[in-house]
This record gives sequence, C-alpha cells and structure tokens, in this order.
Amino acid sequence: MSLMVFMAVIGFAVARLRNLFGVVMLTGIFSLTSAVLYVVLDAVDVAFTEAAVGAGIATVLMLGTLALTTSEEKTVSDNKPLLALLLVTITGAVLIYGTLDMPYYGDPTAPIHHHVAPRYLMDSAYETGLPNVVTSVLASYRGYDTLGEVFVIFTAAAGVLLIIGRPQRGRRRARRDAQWDIEHGIRKNVILRVVSKLLLPMILLFALYVQWHGDFGPGGGFQAGVIFASGFILYALIFDVDLARAVVAPRVSRFFLALGVLLYGGVGVVGALLGGNYLDYSVLARVPTDGQHLGILLVELGVGLTVAAAMITIFFTFASQER
Amino acid sequence: MMFAAAAIATLVTMVLTVYRAIKGPTVYDRILAVNVFGTLTVVLISVHGFLTGRPEFLDLALVYALINFIGTIAVSKYVEYSHMGRPSGGDELGDI
Amino acid sequence: MEMLLDAVSWLLILIGSAFLVVGGIGIVRLPDVFARMHGAGIIDTVGTCAMLLGLMVQAGFTIVTIKLVLIVVFILFTSPTATHALARAALGGGARPQVADSPADADAGEGDSPSKT
Repeated sequence: MSLMVFMAVIGFAVARLRNLFGVVMLTGIFSLTSAVLYVVLDAVDVAFTEAAVGAGIATVLMLGTLALTTSEEKTVSDNKPLLALLLVTITGAVLIYGTLDMPYYGDPTAPIHHHVAPRYLMDSAYETGLPNVVTSVLASYRGYDTLGEVFVIFTAAAGVLLIIGRPQRGRRRARRDAQWDIEHGIRKNVILRVVSKLLLPMILLFALYVQWHGDFGPGGGFQAGVIFASGFILYALIFDVDLARAVVAPRVSRFFLALGVLLYGGVGVVGALLGGNYLDYSVLARVPTDGQHLGILLVELGVGLTVAAAMITIFFTFASQER
Repeated sequence: MMFAAAAIATLVTMVLTVYRAIKGPTVYDRILAVNVFGTLTVVLISVHGFLTGRPEFLDLALVYALINFIGTIAVSKYVEYSHMGRPSGGDELGDI
Repeated sequence: MEMLLDAVSWLLILIGSAFLVVGGIGIVRLPDVFARMHGAGIIDTVGTCAMLLGLMVQAGFTIVTIKLVLIVVFILFTSPTATHALARAALGGGARPQVADSPADADAGEGDSPSKT
C-alpha cells in the first residue's frame, strides 16, 4: 500500500518537474518501485522484466534522447486549459465508477479465476511438461498474443531505423572526433575499460542462462534479450559506438531482428503443415510433451533474438546521432 | 526473525538514501543516492526471497545489480560529456 | 550445529545491518559529494557482503549459495567502479572536495556546486 502511495508521489513529481534530467531519474525510480511491488505481489517474471526493461534500458534510451534534445521542458503558454481538465476529470470519474463493480483484489469467486486460469494452472505441467506456468502460458497457451508482441518490438525497431536512420558524416570531422575521444573521452579511463571487459562475458553468459532457464524459473526470451543487449550497450558506452558497431554491424542486427520474428512465425507454420493448428506445438514431435518442449524452446529463442537485436538497434541508432 | 531485522535495516537505509536523493544540492548527490538505492534494492530482494522461501528471486537481484551498474555508468557519461556515444571514425580496434 | 550456524548468521546480519545504517547516516550527514561517496562505499562493500554472507550461511551448500556468491562478486566489482565513474564526472563538472584550511572554512557550508542543478 505504501509502495503505491510512493509511486503516486513520484508520478506526480514526474508530471510537474521541468528539468528533464530529473524526470528521467525519477522515472527510473518509478520503474524500480513497481518492480518491488511486483515482487511483493509474488509475480517474479513480471518483476524481472520490469527491472530489466523499465529501470535499465528505458532510462538509458531516454538519456540518449535527452542528449539529442534540450534538457529543459518548454514552458507552455499561460492560458489554463480548463476544458481539457474538465474532460479528463469526467473520464477519470467514469472509469473509477466502472471499477467499483469489479470484484475485490484476490477474491476467490472472481470470474477470472474460474474459466481458463484453473485449467492452465492444473493442466500445464501435464500438457507441456514445464514447471514454470508463466512460460507455458506465454509461449504455448497464449502463443498467438506473444507473436503479436514480438511483431510490435520488431516494428518499433524498424520505425526507429526508418525515422532516424544512418547519419552522414564527413571524414575530417570523424577523425577529429576520434582524436578528441582518445585524449579526453571516457575511453581514457582505464578502470572502466578493464572492468567492463571483465564483466562482458559474464553478462552475455547470464543472458543465455536466463534464456534457457526460463522453463524452470523466472526468465524467458524477453528478459534474456534485454540482458544480452545491455552487455553491448555497456560496451558502446565505455568504448565508442563506432567500435561497438564494428562488433555488431547494422547488417547483422537487422538480420537477427527479422530472424527472430521469422523463427516464431515459422514454427507456427510448420505446426500447421504437420497437421495441427497454427502454433500448435504438439504435432512437432512424436510425443506431444516433447513437441511442446521443442516448440517453446524455439519460440523463446525467436523472442530473445528479436528483443536483443531491437534494443541494440535502437540504442546504436540513438547514440550515433549528432546534435 | 533475523531476516525481518535485515529487511528493516535495509528499509531504514533506503529512506535515508531517498532523503539525500531529494535534497542533494548537486546532481552528483542524486546519482550517488540512486546508485546506492539500487544496491539496497538488491539486498532487499535477496532478503525478501529468504523471508518468503522463494530463492528464485536471486536471479532478479543479479539482474538488478547489473542494470544499476549500467545505468550509473550511462548517467555519469551523460552528465560529464553530454552525449551518449559520440561517433568516432574508424580507429584501431581493441586496445588494452 | 544448527545453533552455531544460526548464531553465525545472526552475527553477520547484525554487522551488515549496522554498517548499512551507519553508511546511510553518512550519506545524509557528510558535508559534500566526495565525502558522501565514503558512506556509499561502506554500504556497497561491507554492508552488502556481510548481509549476503549471513544469508549464505543460512542457505548451506546449495545453488542458492552459488547465486549469492555471484551477486556478491558482481557488486564488489561494479559498485566501486560506478562510484569511480561518478567521481570523475563530478570532478569534471566542477565539484571540489571541501577542505578545511581553518575552522572558519570548515563551516563554509556545502561544497562547490557546479552550474548544473
């Protein structure tokens, strides 16, 4: 309860603060608090994703945006928009009135607990053979929705590429910047370089662990993709974006971006060709449970590939821009 | 019982840190406070995992330690240089 | 044996908690940014390690302990590095540590604040 009050306070501060840098920091704390809230509510996978994406990547990306724009919010003109305030208040009141009819939080007679949820909870171990119900629901029972999510991430990265794209730079300027960076930039900092080089293999290994361990514990494709991308983002922050670009060429990241979606959709098509429905994994192997295992494995791999490539693409595109 | 004491100590320190985050006159005070808050969150999640008997939370604590580190580096770089990755043109790959 | 393990982990957790709170008080009360980094350093190293060591003793020789060891190693590597990066940024931004040359200077208030907020 106190956590929600805390979040409300932070939300209010985010709306009122004019200094955008402070807003970005507060948004980071907001995501962190909601991750703690999810932990308290015993939803570990969601907390995992919220911590990785909201508190980490989103803050870094927003800082990247701030680096390209100004750091103070433009003050709007002084006419107080009373009509807008009235409209928002009426809409909010109607929404709150609508929620009064909903069952109490945690009510065991609520309809949400009676139709599909018990079947998922009780049959998941038997039908899919996985201990982690979240993964089985995400990848198998609701696989179609997850396919849509992967498409959304793909579209976001494609949109960023279309709008911002690759910058054109002169060669003399590039060389001057390189000299400045070697002499003054963060690359000069020995401690950061050594520590990040030591940490990178561990980060990537941890990402792979989270990817494959998602069947048994919290984890899965989304979280693993974000952690994988954050390793490359760390490299790009300490060394230069161009050096990081030499490691992950634009061609490569675009290829993996599409490959993940293709893998996911392809598994569905193979399932349809083998006689089942689209995205029905039971027909992929002789034993249905093995088929489910294989299908979920491939699908999560597709998700992880696309998420990692999307995060890398978006960050590199933002960071390669100049003012 | 001991986990409850640990959790209470962590929460107290978190409150102290948030005070500094709000009050800190310079931006570096605030960045420091957020970094320490992140480390305290890692400890709190681990203790909470032990309190509720669900040690799966430790993966989450590890991820958060990582994200905290990367976030602080990113913010420090932004504050110091006002850019997040100024492109440089093809110098030698890999020193150290 | 159980009692011994429990006593050891109680001791470690108490030490950890004490250092956490002391570090927190340090962050609140010390005069300028660089001094506050000392408080942060205490929290990040001794406070966290003692607490997590106490948890490790409770967990015994399972995979939980291995994960806790990983967390401790990671935090020991990265927290001082992050503080170092922050200190360099602060120095670059113009903050200077408050040095007391005379008793009057010691009460000169907070350290130099750079032009940013």
